[in-house]
Amino acid sequence: MASDESIVYPYIPNSEPGVKRKMLAQIGVTSTEALYASIPNALRLNRRLDLPEALLSECALRKHVEEILSRNRNCNELLNFRGAGCYQHFVPAVCDEINGRSEFLTAYAGEPYEDHGRFQALFEYESMMGELVDMDVVNVPSYDGFQAAATSIRMASRITGRYEALVSAAVNPDKLSMIRGYCEPDISIKLLGFNPGDGQIDMDGLRAALSENAAAVYIENPSYLGVIQSQGANVAELVHRVGGVCIVGVNPSSLGVLAPPAHYGADIVCGDIQPLGMHMQFGGGQAGFIATRDDEQYVMQYPSRLFGIAPTSVPGEYGFGDVAYERTSFAHREEGREWVGTAAALWGITAAVYLALMGPRGMAELGEAIMQRSHYAASQLNAIRGVRAPALDSAFFSEFVVNFDGTGKPVSDVNKALLDTGIFGGKDITNEFPGLGNNALYCVTELHNKADLDRLAAAVEEAVQ
Amino acid sequence: MRQSISEHRFTDGQLNLRRFHQAQWDEPVIFELTEPGQRGVLPPETEVDIKEAVGDVLSTLPQGMRRTRPPALPEMSQVHVLRHFLRLSQENLGFDLNIDVGQGTCTMKYSPKVNDQLARLPGLSELHPLQDEETVQGILEVMYRFELMLREISGLDRFTFQPGAGSQAIYTCARIIRAFHASRGEASQRDEVITTIFSHPSDAACAKTAGYKVVTLYPDANGYPDLDALKAIVSERTAALMITNPEDTGIFNPRIAEFVETVHDAGGLCFYDQANANGILGITRARDAGFDMCHFNLHKTFSTPHGCGGPGGAAAGCTKALARFLPVPTVEQEGSRYFLDYDRPDSIGKVRSYYGVAPAVLKAYAWVMSLGADGLREVAEVAVLNNNYLLKRMLQVPGLRAPYAEGQHRIEQVRYSWAELCKETNVHSEDIGIRAADFGVHYWTSHHPFVVEEPMTLEPTESYSKADLDEYAAILEHVAQEARTAPDVLRKAPHNSTVHRVDPAMLDDPATWAVTWRAYLRKLGKNKLAPT
Repeated sequence: MASDESIVYPYIPNSEPGVKRKMLAQIGVTSTEALYASIPNALRLNRRLDLPEALLSECALRKHVEEILSRNRNCNELLNFRGAGCYQHFVPAVCDEINGRSEFLTAYAGEPYEDHGRFQALFEYESMMGELVDMDVVNVPSYDGFQAAATSIRMASRITGRYEALVSAAVNPDKLSMIRGYCEPDISIKLLGFNPGDGQIDMDGLRAALSENAAAVYIENPSYLGVIQSQGANVAELVHRVGGVCIVGVNPSSLGVLAPPAHYGADIVCGDIQPLGMHMQFGGGQAGFIATRDDEQYVMQYPSRLFGIAPTSVPGEYGFGDVAYERTSFAHREEGREWVGTAAALWGITAAVYLALMGPRGMAELGEAIMQRSHYAASQLNAIRGVRAPALDSAFFSEFVVNFDGTGKPVSDVNKALLDTGIFGGKDITNEFPGLGNNALYCVTELHNKADLDRLAAAVEEAVQ
Repeated sequence: MRQSISEHRFTDGQLNLRRFHQAQWDEPVIFELTEPGQRGVLPPETEVDIKEAVGDVLSTLPQGMRRTRPPALPEMSQVHVLRHFLRLSQENLGFDLNIDVGQGTCTMKYSPKVNDQLARLPGLSELHPLQDEETVQGILEVMYRFELMLREISGLDRFTFQPGAGSQAIYTCARIIRAFHASRGEASQRDEVITTIFSHPSDAACAKTAGYKVVTLYPDANGYPDLDALKAIVSERTAALMITNPEDTGIFNPRIAEFVETVHDAGGLCFYDQANANGILGITRARDAGFDMCHFNLHKTFSTPHGCGGPGGAAAGCTKALARFLPVPTVEQEGSRYFLDYDRPDSIGKVRSYYGVAPAVLKAYAWVMSLGADGLREVAEVAVLNNNYLLKRMLQVPGLRAPYAEGQHRIEQVRYSWAELCKETNVHSEDIGIRAADFGVHYWTSHHPFVVEEPMTLEPTESYSKADLDEYAAILEHVAQEARTAPDVLRKAPHNSTVHRVDPAMLDDPATWAVTWRAYLRKLGKNKLAPT
């Protein structure tokens, strides 16, 4: 026994020496060492771990962690224009109130009885997301939007029995890396080009690349570069003509004003629900969704859990359970679809709260409010000599590319100057899309007011002088 | 007349079982609560100057890209949204309210509130992942320092926290295995991963997703993975062994180093699934048995909350030789500065967006800081103490057995079998679990397939008191007794829970399954949800 028995740890009730002795006696041993008899000495560490000294009091621990976190500068302190997959939106207080509840926060894999609440809350999440995307099936959240996109492509491959997918080149390069790696063993990924002037899908390229080998085409709307694709219906029609699946990635906060992709022919819709009530958390608030129509062929290819409604032995009482559980790796290990495990359920519950608070009007007003601000920001930036915004000549939602070629200054210099004035400028994407020039991807949300946007424009003007 | 109240809480000197009843709100599905016109929250209004400057922005949307019908979301006032979800939360127990030892393999332990509060500070919650490095030095330091801790705890050399949870960490290691063999020109030749049936389903499923054929070892008569069987199947096709130890039976495989050696000799790599690390912290390490890789679940061993099934957090680690394959970026230190290193040409790339679940890393770091080396060892020893105490107690329950390794102590959990009780009473493990809900505790059978018949896996981590364990044991003892004396009470359970026995028939039938309210309305119509 290496431990100092004089310490009673607040998180470890039976570290109290008296109770420990009593329990050892009841087991019939004199020390915990005897309980480890099955671990051979050759495998033992036989020394104390070399770790930092414990901060035993909660007070000391809090002070230590607060001190480290104080070395960060956050987006409440600075003015932020970075998005690129993680978005700073308004988070209603009720979202934090609900996801901070012990009952939800500390639950895990409970049954539909003692944890009925999480089944119903997640069923309601699926149902409200279903309304947002206008589709009948939505999964319990997967890890993030990357995973949702990659799994959507693998689902399409299983549905069609084909092993080739065309993926828009206008996606986040990190997401593309993840998709390629995830699909690599079975599916070859071909890139689908876009027009450099307006960011729209190269339809001729699509026609040329599409064949009956194509399991799927994956596009995003709005794209990573902020562009709203006008050719969604034509893309879907072309894919369907060769028997492939049309997958569209969306930003859910746009769907109060933008048409749900199902309306222009998408078979699978996916994305990240972080904008729906999750704080950014340095990327810790991401969670993925996948939506399809209620077609057995599609439903049976989901790897995720799908919570469904069911009757109980009492008439009129709502019960819940897993739909088609036999699909999953929980039921059949490697014979299941991909795998299922802990992912991001609490963010699904939070998104449910968010969507219920926002309602149909809230989502529509949010969409319009974002567009008004982003368009105002773009026009203010575009008025600066040498700056073009939006650099891609298409409709846009909340994000848009800003080109600095005419200023002679690299984005990195501009962003450095902005940071000095307390602004996180747009993400530097110059190296991600070298053909497009010296560009930053700006994100404007409903959190920005006129003063913020005017301050940005003034600071950019100053920076490019 | 003066009366004692407390004496009536005991029978023959034993505390009676709790007269529990869970909240039962009979809460409607949220769409039934809609009141047209109600608002829960108002988005910030756009200033007039902006509106005037930009005009009708919606008219810029291309044809067919503007939403024509608003989403049919509920319309509710704020307090009604709050009340609905509070009621649902009350219809959920979670770790904090129940003695959660029935969720074996998942290491249900106390998630300290202080850590949750710290993770909610704007210094973490309001960080954008793409901020300039100089503005996120604090969180990068936490990641760097926590990596140093895990290196020491595992003996391995490098870690990534990018995977979103345990299974994605297992998958990450399967990808590293692939990249390693590819770097030696053996990617197509080495197409098999070996695992054991008492390792988590994800060891098999993630290996398959990464492109491998899966070969599963079954236990020998004593419950150990079969070394002879392993020797018979390793070959030049073996890419890796992916294995848990102790396995989900709570039995530690003392010959694990020979397993590792056997696979190494055949040119394969060895991945250690450390979902079951709680009982061996500071006792034995991945490195000590020769493993090349391992993973930890931050939401299991390292106390971060489980969130109804995530966000969790994970760490995937490997030896120096494999570190070049880790996902990008890694967190590095140069002088007093921390930075993200993307310049890693052999990396497998991204497995998840950004750097994983940063709040989970912060909470896990704070948890280790609150315990130190002695505290971690205490965690392990008390988890094992609790488990063996409960084992001794449970084996006194007629009809219950702990198959394999009989008479030996277990590490942190035990997979029990109710097969005898089932044979005698035709009451199944699942029924026992549902009845347990009537006493305010959660109970889960086990992962499929049920190699142990009528299984139950109890994992009493360090977070429970002796009284908690006694209460849990007394509940199961009572339920087992009921199986003999009042089997119908059991089969018709739950009686005191949020809802009654669910009829699952419609969940597996495409004509009736409903994953959304709209699908339900379409298929069964309002008010048609009746027992079949």
